[in-house]
Amino acid sequence: MKNIAIVAALLPFGALLVIAFFFTVGWERPPIDVQQVGYRGTGMEEPNNPREQAKLVALNQIPPEIYPLDSPADLASAPKAREIYENVQVLGGLPEPQFTRLMAAITEWVAPEEGCGYCHNLDNLADDSLYTKTVSRRMIQMTWNINTDWQDHVKETGVTCYTCHRGNPVPENIWFKDKPQRFASAGMLGWNDGQNRPSEKSAYTSLPVTAFEAYLVGDAPIRVQATAALPTTEGGSTIRQTEETYGLMMHMSDGLGVGCTYCHNTQAFGSWELSPPPRQTAWHGIRMVQDLNGSYLLPLTDTFPPERLGPTGDVAKANCATCHQGVFKPLYGASMLDQYPSLSGAP
Amino acid sequence: MALLSFERKYRVRGGTLVGGDLFDFWFGPFYVGFFGVTTIFFAVLGTALIFWGAALGPTWNPWLISIAPPDIKYGLALAPLAEGGLWQIITICAIGAFGSWALREVEICRKLGIGYHVPIAFGVAIFAYVTLVVIRPFLLGAWGHGFPYGIFSHLDWVSNVGYQFLHFHYNPAHMLAVTFFFTTCLLLSLHGAVVLSSVNPARGETIKTPEHEDTYVRDTIGYSVGTLGIHRLGLFVALNAGFWSAVCIVISGPFWTRGWPEWWNWWLDLPVW
Repeated sequence: MKNIAIVAALLPFGALLVIAFFFTVGWERPPIDVQQVGYRGTGMEEPNNPREQAKLVALNQIPPEIYPLDSPADLASAPKAREIYENVQVLGGLPEPQFTRLMAAITEWVAPEEGCGYCHNLDNLADDSLYTKTVSRRMIQMTWNINTDWQDHVKETGVTCYTCHRGNPVPENIWFKDKPQRFASAGMLGWNDGQNRPSEKSAYTSLPVTAFEAYLVGDAPIRVQATAALPTTEGGSTIRQTEETYGLMMHMSDGLGVGCTYCHNTQAFGSWELSPPPRQTAWHGIRMVQDLNGSYLLPLTDTFPPERLGPTGDVAKANCATCHQGVFKPLYGASMLDQYPSLSGAP
Repeated sequence: MALLSFERKYRVRGGTLVGGDLFDFWFGPFYVGFFGVTTIFFAVLGTALIFWGAALGPTWNPWLISIAPPDIKYGLALAPLAEGGLWQIITICAIGAFGSWALREVEICRKLGIGYHVPIAFGVAIFAYVTLVVIRPFLLGAWGHGFPYGIFSHLDWVSNVGYQFLHFHYNPAHMLAVTFFFTTCLLLSLHGAVVLSSVNPARGETIKTPEHEDTYVRDTIGYSVGTLGIHRLGLFVALNAGFWSAVCIVISGPFWTRGWPEWWNWWLDLPVW
């Protein structure tokens, strides 16, 4: 009888769990759009909810052109920006009308509410006293670098300030190092090794959230799949390295709004022959982010005021989501460079 | 040849669902029945079509032969035979054969005057298969979402479909299904061990009775569900394993398109934290 009482006491909890299962938020419904990305019957598919896609498409439109660019003939005859304004270190070679237009566009893209004063001392626009001006100067150079040296990743589409900023002074999808977290207990028991806690960084898995430090700042090898049937010590990877790699991959999937099969045939993750073409683009993307973090963002650490730095005093850094924002191609592949050719490379 | 003294009881007339007495006969030790005939028809036709598909394919290596479903572009329409049409007909044959076999089991149950436990249990397995190749493809709008018929190729399909949702172990119904599968194995091994121990006593000892088994299990884990109960419990966990397997795949795609880890955000969003 006692046992029956225990079972009877547990049943409501079981029932509650089943009910909770069906009533948790976020369930979707058919019809679902599925894109086939491999041979039929291989499960190489990319499922998407068309209703959620419609919302994403609306969020990822390029902004209207601020005003038309002057004709090439007018620009050719116009004076250069450095001839009119003082202290134009990076954009001085632009014709003055194009320079002013770009400044107006950047205000719309980066600081629409704060206005010119977000970066400029309004009493003296040439003054460099605001850190934001120093940062934006470097960011323009970074944009040029992406659009000229990283065409393996961004192709002819390229990026502009808007790709990341989307009207925010600080892009929404940036990352900082986490403070090492400890549970209340001391010693080994309190050490979670940067994993087993939900974080957007690893798409809410139990995988390590330290992958960005290893692969997007450092250039640790991402080749963790064994090439032999049995574990080998030679060239092998630890469980920790493997899970860290998977943590990065979870972020890439999450940041691009795709599943693993968008880039990999899971029959053999490492095989380029079996992989869909986007994997090559992604490979260059990882190297690009390493370059952006290492060459542009980390050197700005001392430029930023302390309140702009992360909990461990590191500078805001980029990952895949910084540009992609949940979409397989940022802004669904719409290019803004034809409207703003001054951002496609140094003049 | 009767293996058991009471097997003769199996050969009783009647109990057929269709066909009356027409197919109510035995072929050697095997009951035929209308559904025995349809089983043979679908099984032979389906197997022959698999051989045809293999002949069209690049290999006769039994591990690598694969009959793939159509491209997704064909939607819910028929595809050319060599481009997935064979898969469609083979699927019809498979469902026809499995369903016929279940109905033949029903007829045998009726002849024996026993409950329908066996056909119902087999029906759950058929339901899981139909979920994979009919219900889920229908909900997603294309037969191309079925799995391919091949030893290695169906495993590749399972792997890729799982990774479409980043990490399938976070699928809540998959968790339940896996737990039920493991529990089925655990219970079967415990049950088998205690029965075999009881009926194979040490030299010089007599075999033990179910009361002995019950006492042993009570002493070990505090409770014995009993000799009849263990089979009910076994059926419950085994059927749940198949049922939640079907649920875990039918919700992946039609009712959830993102990564499964993200599903658990409802837990993080609970207002109690």
